[in-house]
Amino acid sequence: MSHTDPGNARPLLRATDLQKSFGEHQVLKSIDLLIGKGQVLALIGPSGSGKTTVLRCLNGLEIPDGGEVAFDGGPAVAFAPGTTQKQAQVLRTRSAMVFQNYNLFPHMTVLENVIEGPLQVQRRKRVEVVAEAESLLARVGLAEKRDQYPHQLSGGQQQRVGIVRALALKPSLLLFDEPTSALDPELVGDVLRVIKELADEGWTMVLVTHELAFAREVADEIVFMDQGVVVERGHPEVVLRTPQNERTKQFVHRLLNPF
Amino acid sequence: MDINWELIGDSLWPIVLGGLSGTIPLSLASFAIGLAIALVMALMRLSRNPVVSFIARAYISVIRGTPLLVQLFVIFYGLPSIGVTLSPWPSAIIAFSMNVGGYAAEVIRAAILSVPKGQWEAGYTIGMSRTTTLRRLILPQAARVSVPPLSNTFISLVKDTSLASLITFTELFRRAQEIAAFSQEFMLVYIEAALVYWVFCLVLSSGQTRLERRFDRYVAH
Repeated sequence: MSHTDPGNARPLLRATDLQKSFGEHQVLKSIDLLIGKGQVLALIGPSGSGKTTVLRCLNGLEIPDGGEVAFDGGPAVAFAPGTTQKQAQVLRTRSAMVFQNYNLFPHMTVLENVIEGPLQVQRRKRVEVVAEAESLLARVGLAEKRDQYPHQLSGGQQQRVGIVRALALKPSLLLFDEPTSALDPELVGDVLRVIKELADEGWTMVLVTHELAFAREVADEIVFMDQGVVVERGHPEVVLRTPQNERTKQFVHRLLNPF
Repeated sequence: MDINWELIGDSLWPIVLGGLSGTIPLSLASFAIGLAIALVMALMRLSRNPVVSFIARAYISVIRGTPLLVQLFVIFYGLPSIGVTLSPWPSAIIAFSMNVGGYAAEVIRAAILSVPKGQWEAGYTIGMSRTTTLRRLILPQAARVSVPPLSNTFISLVKDTSLASLITFTELFRRAQEIAAFSQEFMLVYIEAALVYWVFCLVLSSGQTRLERRFDRYVAH
């Protein structure tokens, strides 16, 4: 259940007036987000609503046409069409991302995948990083897979490696982009359980998901998006049980009653 | 036709020696330098800067659009008239590495493009710069994809080095030409030379297989 009241948490990340168009199509029309420290925010909405784009703007993978993203105590990154990946790099020192398709490095073993960032980017000591990686892998039940290659693992195992790879960077914010959408149904539970544990431990996270029951379980705040705008936001019980907006009502109804 | 076994016995070693002292070092040096040129050209062609990309395009177009023999002649016989006189070795290495550079650039570019975009993104999200992502994640994966086509380039190169005989470079085929002219046994000596090239290329092919197997350990079957 909710462990932090979004209203009272110290803000960790603030995104203001994010805008993004792909060609003629405006996918984001002025999005504002405020994520408190230790808070879990779930972005939901129909496909094409812009929720994944919002997530990708938060670490500059997608460069918004306008708007600003700033971490608590860090410089604000003001976006414009010419903003480079390099300028967005400052955001990535504070966050880590878990992808829908895992995006593990296929030419590296599980352990190498996990220690790559801490070694190559953060320049930390190898012994220390390896020890941490091993304990994180053990935590998600993959200790004995450390020397295997990603293709030797199931999707659920690969995604847990993806989560460990993100955790090994010790970010202040975890971004999840539909982390279970590519998984076979029977593998979804293992991954959700790990995410739930992280939420309970107080990690701050933004989660794009179609798993409404899961969002209700872990999120402190739900943001419902449609056609590039935030339609409704609030406590999960309110947004999912008694949505105020007609579009939210329809979406929630459709997901909960697919037939 | 009587086969002149004695000539075969006497000429085999000089021909092989021509290969070992000429063909092979020339191929290895040109391929190594050529790959470096190709990598630079591939990255330039992929650059978003239109001028940089244009330079690479122009280079590739000229190399692929003109005969290798003409390129060799321009460097060896042409440059002296503007005051640059090079001996056969440097001339051959320059011509062949520039040639490999043009062809392999397209192979490497395609290999880089074949790595899924998600790999770049994963690199960025763990905080890597473009250069680090390229070096640590993209090129190692592109290398695997480019082994078969680059092996083709290398095998072609080994055979193309026979053209160097025309700029007085002593290699396998020039040795064979000398022996053939001296003995007048053209058929025999040239077939012998062809077989030696073939053996060299068989060795290279087995090297390719071994390299592919090494890369395959991280690929699902």
